[in-house]
Amino acid sequence: MYIVVDLNRCQGYAQCVFLAPKVFELHGEEALMYLTRVPEDQQDPVRRAVAACPVQAITVGGAAGAGN
Amino acid sequence: MPGTDRPGRIVVVGASLAGLRAAEALRDNGFTGELTLVGEEDRPPYDRPPLSKAVLLGRVRAADVTLPARRAVDARWRLGVRAEGVDLTHRTVLLAGGERLPYDRLLIATGTRARPWPHPGEAALHGVLALRTAADAALLSGLLDAGPRRVLVIGAGFTGSEIASACRGRGLDVTVVERGPAPLVGALGGTLGAFAAALQRAHGVDLRCGVTVTSLQGRDGRLVGAELSDGGRIEADVAVVCLGAVRNTEWLDGSGLAAGPRGLACDAGCRAFDMYGIVTDDVFVAGDVARFPHPLFEYQLLSLEHWGNAVAQAEVAAHNMISEGPRRRPHLAVPAFWSSQFGLNIKSVGVPTFSDRVVIAQGSPAERRLVAVYGYRGRVTAAVSVNRAKSLEYYERLIESAAPFPPDPATTDRTVAPTPVPSDVPDPRQLSHGPTVALTGHLPDRRGLALVRRES
Repeated sequence: MYIVVDLNRCQGYAQCVFLAPKVFELHGEEALMYLTRVPEDQQDPVRRAVAACPVQAITVGGAAGAGN
Repeated sequence: MPGTDRPGRIVVVGASLAGLRAAEALRDNGFTGELTLVGEEDRPPYDRPPLSKAVLLGRVRAADVTLPARRAVDARWRLGVRAEGVDLTHRTVLLAGGERLPYDRLLIATGTRARPWPHPGEAALHGVLALRTAADAALLSGLLDAGPRRVLVIGAGFTGSEIASACRGRGLDVTVVERGPAPLVGALGGTLGAFAAALQRAHGVDLRCGVTVTSLQGRDGRLVGAELSDGGRIEADVAVVCLGAVRNTEWLDGSGLAAGPRGLACDAGCRAFDMYGIVTDDVFVAGDVARFPHPLFEYQLLSLEHWGNAVAQAEVAAHNMISEGPRRRPHLAVPAFWSSQFGLNIKSVGVPTFSDRVVIAQGSPAERRLVAVYGYRGRVTAAVSVNRAKSLEYYERLIESAAPFPPDPATTDRTVAPTPVPSDVPDPRQLSHGPTVALTGHLPDRRGLALVRRES
């Protein structure tokens, strides 16, 4: 599972950082940095983060273009 | 075919962010015909913004920046294959190796590549590289892991500044050489350029502005240093060439499309122009390679290298590729981009270079939290925030509504109206690329255009 965050949309509410701190972190006060590939044991926290993002900026999914 | 006026064959040339999102949108919108994506790189679409940030900091591997699929896409992926031409008359794309792909609708999303160092011998030295692809990022990341004595960054635009930030984040010595008066000045103008210069120096970057690198020097095939235009010399093991991007349009030479060094021109519905300026109806463009008119900016043709523009424009192009005239949509998104560097989050809406004045409407450079608002002839055209991202949506509304500039002090955190200063942006109309076509013939029905040799 891979992650991409629309950082135009992200406003640094940091809900994802609270819910999946092993995947999302703030670099400084509001610059979001994240693991682009979700570790196996982090899939549930990441799904909660996706759902909780106030601006719905997080997309997760399988690798694009794979298996075609 | 519900929701689809146009079945048939669609070919997408360019399999990065814009090509991928277009393919997904085509299927979302009910396109059930044949879909083929052609990509020069041999890996599936990936996300580039982390390459100059998380990857260089060692948090993310370059191999792991693959983009997530929004949905399953029934398509043929032709990866690791270059497209070498288009035949508009016979509606085919020519691939390297001679294969011809027939299309009914074509989307061109070939993006940009890094502008190479102009001296091939110097560019071939071990330790000299540009940063554009995941392979570049893997290479640079490995060079940084090896603990170079000093990294030289040539060019202080966003990519160069982010690389310098990552180097300092890893405790590496870094020299940044910038031809202009300050970092980021080409994109954000003088006020934020001065801020960026102070920021870099405060983080220990050896920043040299108003200077160019005149030569890179090697020993036994490895970079050892550089000579500067001010007579200075520096020793460095790694040099990252950050001289901007070149649009991937050469493969369209001779196609009859309006393609040149500034990109492929199109209308607001993403339909490409042919070289006469006549709109085509079966060739579409999206992403960094597109030049499109934006009504908010006097219909000037904009070429944007923005992640969000690639996504939004791809969605409009996909919709219009399978919709008849009255159902087509314009690409009207307000341009926006972000950068993170030296622990700060920099975000922009509008077009900062489309301005004559700028004012710090909130915060201050000293606090490292601010919003700079840009105006052109008395209306708001852009805003840039530093660690004040939540404010930006408000200014986007001002840009959309052509609100007066400077903004009403009651809407800023000022007690008195702040004083605008000249924005000191490069003139976007300056002639910097030379002509790409010439008029030929004399009789009205024999007037034509010929491609003139491009500048490299």
